[in-house]
Amino acid sequence: MNQYLLSVYEVAGDVAGAPSTPEEMAAFMGRIIALEEEMDRAGAFAFGGALDGPEAATVVRGGTGLDKVTTDGPFVEAKEHIGGFYILNAENLDEALAWAAKVVEATNHDIEVRPFRATGRVAADAGH
Amino acid sequence: MDDVERAFRDGHGQAVATLTRLFGDLTLAEDAVQEAFATATARWPRDGVPEHPAGWIVTTARNRAIDVLRRDRRGRELAEQAAAERLRLEPGAVPEATPLPDDQLRLIFTCCHPALRVEQQVALTLRLVAGLTPGEVAAAFLVSEDTMAKRLVRAKYRIRAAKIPYRVPDAADLPGRLRAVLSVLYLIYNTGADDHARRDLRAEAVWLTRLLANLVPDEPEVTGLLALMLLNEARIPARGEQGQVVLLMNQDRSLWDHSLIAEGQALVLASMRRRQLGPFLLQAAIQALHCAAPSHEETDWAAIMRFYDRLLAVMPTPVVAMNRAIAVAETDGPEAGLVLLDQLADDLDRYHLLHASRGAMLERLGRPDEAAAAYERAATLARTDADVSFLAQRHRELTAAAERAHGAYEESASPGAVKPSKKRRACSSAG
Repeated sequence: MNQYLLSVYEVAGDVAGAPSTPEEMAAFMGRIIALEEEMDRAGAFAFGGALDGPEAATVVRGGTGLDKVTTDGPFVEAKEHIGGFYILNAENLDEALAWAAKVVEATNHDIEVRPFRATGRVAADAGH
Repeated sequence: MDDVERAFRDGHGQAVATLTRLFGDLTLAEDAVQEAFATATARWPRDGVPEHPAGWIVTTARNRAIDVLRRDRRGRELAEQAAAERLRLEPGAVPEATPLPDDQLRLIFTCCHPALRVEQQVALTLRLVAGLTPGEVAAAFLVSEDTMAKRLVRAKYRIRAAKIPYRVPDAADLPGRLRAVLSVLYLIYNTGADDHARRDLRAEAVWLTRLLANLVPDEPEVTGLLALMLLNEARIPARGEQGQVVLLMNQDRSLWDHSLIAEGQALVLASMRRRQLGPFLLQAAIQALHCAAPSHEETDWAAIMRFYDRLLAVMPTPVVAMNRAIAVAETDGPEAGLVLLDQLADDLDRYHLLHASRGAMLERLGRPDEAAAAYERAATLARTDADVSFLAQRHRELTAAAERAHGAYEESASPGAVKPSKKRRACSSAG
């Protein structure tokens, strides 16, 4: 089994199709909950969630002593940012892409799919 | 290409496909097959060609791959990984090297996976399925061998890292994935069609499409693409030498390859009974009608129009609308065609054939000034030297015609003196 990161990209500001009324928000949440239950049933859901906005982000840069700097703001200033993500178990890319299509349908956001090269857990199990 | 070379080429895709299924690794399969061919090149002239050359290649490549797996450190990792993923390679077991009918199909779908860039899809398909060397693929796409080698390595890395599956897509995904494969094959064909120096690519595309048609005989769009290629191929001898343009209406139809036409038409007819016809089959049907006409004047334009209407319904692109407008000019007259072309002016302003077609219709309507301007614009947008020189020549001819018309007008003060040129020309899509 392989793992894939599905990043849910949001665009800052008004987005066409974003839920704006309480009813739309309730329908949106209903779609997400149903999808995540489907992921659970398939054994695909490893982890996932919605993130606070980029204004809540903090960046820590490398270095030692006084070089170690913590700053506010996202790592990259951009109009698009990751609004949430899933880590999914999938046999192969086609399975991951099929989940991505469902996430796009439920959230109305674009999705980037990236394979994990390794995860901490896999490496520890393999004794590296 | 001599017989031995062709035999190698034919066996290459099958061998890589079978080895990939056995070992789950494209690079290992490719390298092992290459070494098997090298061994064959050295041994066969001395010892004679084995009874089943393709089977010999697969067996030799399999043995080579097993050697590599046993010796190579990366190979050991791969073997562990393969065992962990319960692929067919169990410790000590020797995988059966029997090719399965679906092996090549799996390979084609993997090479044309939508997660790969189109240029990667094209390169992988030519390298692995058609068996061109990396140098040959590089030459076909006018890039250095080094660039092409990197492109292939990156594509194979992407397949491995993202775990692009080695399988025939399931029924739900099949139509979309098949479209991706067909567009790769058509792109390879058209790359060869634009340039006489790269005509080998057309042969590769036809060979690959025949292979696919054998592997999935019930897919009408595959049949349609094969027919479209054959019907186009059949008329190439009448299109003149490199640097020349001979429009469809002016072609010597006795130069057409009538056996290719017969094959293409039979393929179209065999698939016509379907209710839903896809874009490739509809385009092939249109070309089959062009090929059936003994002369330009005897073309069944009404039937062609009906197919263009259906094509526009399934593929509503400006280029299809333009080709339909050219057919309208034949059924309803150039004025009607021109009205439709002018509606496409925004979408296709940068496309030389729109302006060339306008030029042809304006010429037929006896408006040489405007026709000359349209040809001039077409010549500045055309991409091949042959098209540029042809369109520039039309521009000169129409400019001269316009000057004569003005002269006649000044002399007789009668606009009726302007006559459409005798030799009608239309820049047909099938030119």
